[in-house]
Amino acid sequence: MRNQSVVQTIVGFFMLFGIIALLFLALKVSGLTNTFNSGGYNLIANFQNIGSLKVQAPVTISGVRIGYVQKIKLDPNSFDARVVLHINKAYNDLPIDTSASIFTEGLLGSNYISLSPGYETQILKNDSIIENTHPALILENLIGQLMYKVGGQT
Amino acid sequence: MIIKLINNLGKTGLNFCEQLGHSGIFLIRAIPRLPRPGKTWKLLSEQIFAVGFLSLIIIVVSGLFIGMVLGLQGEHTLSSFGATQELGQLVALSVVRELGPVVTALLFAGRAGSSLTAEIGLMKTTDQLASMEMMGVDPLSQVIAPRFWGGLISMPILAIIFSAVAIYGGYLVGVKWLDLDAGTFWSNMQAGVSFYDDIVNGIIKSIVFGFVITWIAVFQGFASEPTAAGIAKATTKTVVYSSLAVLGLDFILTAVMLGGW
Repeated sequence: MRNQSVVQTIVGFFMLFGIIALLFLALKVSGLTNTFNSGGYNLIANFQNIGSLKVQAPVTISGVRIGYVQKIKLDPNSFDARVVLHINKAYNDLPIDTSASIFTEGLLGSNYISLSPGYETQILKNDSIIENTHPALILENLIGQLMYKVGGQT
Repeated sequence: MIIKLINNLGKTGLNFCEQLGHSGIFLIRAIPRLPRPGKTWKLLSEQIFAVGFLSLIIIVVSGLFIGMVLGLQGEHTLSSFGATQELGQLVALSVVRELGPVVTALLFAGRAGSSLTAEIGLMKTTDQLASMEMMGVDPLSQVIAPRFWGGLISMPILAIIFSAVAIYGGYLVGVKWLDLDAGTFWSNMQAGVSFYDDIVNGIIKSIVFGFVITWIAVFQGFASEPTAAGIAKATTKTVVYSSLAVLGLDFILTAVMLGGW
């Protein structure tokens, strides 16, 4: 029989090892810091069509990631998609006429939101609404329009 | 002839139900029977040491190799789509959601479950359990409950360690050997893996597997025939039953979890 306290110490180390592995999974693999780091503010944008945008999708300005999509809901009155964006607190000086568009990474990649800042001096505050939005481009619609145009010419 | 066949079928079915009922009652009696607090930790730590810590080497080694193989295979397949930047996500999702809990559970059944069964079976064969009862010590609380709880606690820890090591193995092959970009590897992984949907689901799976494996192992040991051949049979049954139970439960759990649960 091994010494009792040695066994307990080893079991303690075993559990500690497990906790470290869990922390590694949480922080490094799933990037949980993004969710915990609540030092930021929310913006709301209503889109006609969000394509296949998902929660946790990046929000960028000029390709630089400044936040992520926190929540997607359907507005019960206008039947638009209501998207809540969580923006890092370092970027708290977005002008009030900022516009939001949904783009696709590459040809078949996932959707993300791109903000393009305007020129007003007033800035967007927590929970304010981005007025100027452009819906996602749906490939099928584009092809449909193209077919229609090409068909109309001949 | 046919009557005999149906008779046999009925007998098997009844036997199965009886075993299931026995093991259920056994489990319900064993779970709350941890001995008094001061002693619990001592017995429990011995079991976690035997079941968990001593399984660590096989878990770490197989995790590392499975991660590295996933890295190689994934890179090979993804490169034909020009999508090698998604390797991190591929490795992390397949390990955390599926391979981590399932492979750990299969190894755990072979490494720890069989030894639990053999140990308890031998105790029964050499009348240690009976003599405990004679001395007024309850074998359920002294022998069975600590082993059950030890297995139940160790299994999720082992699965988490397996996942972490396997992802590191994928990182070694993908980034260090095949020269993918480390930044894209981790950031695509973080974008694709969600803590609550993927990692927590994996942990839930591993807890369920730990429960089932230790249950089967402990019950088979306790119900084994008190002979050498009986122990051999019980050990084999433990490994076979718990592997089958893990694979079947894994399918059900995955279906439930993917069904937006």
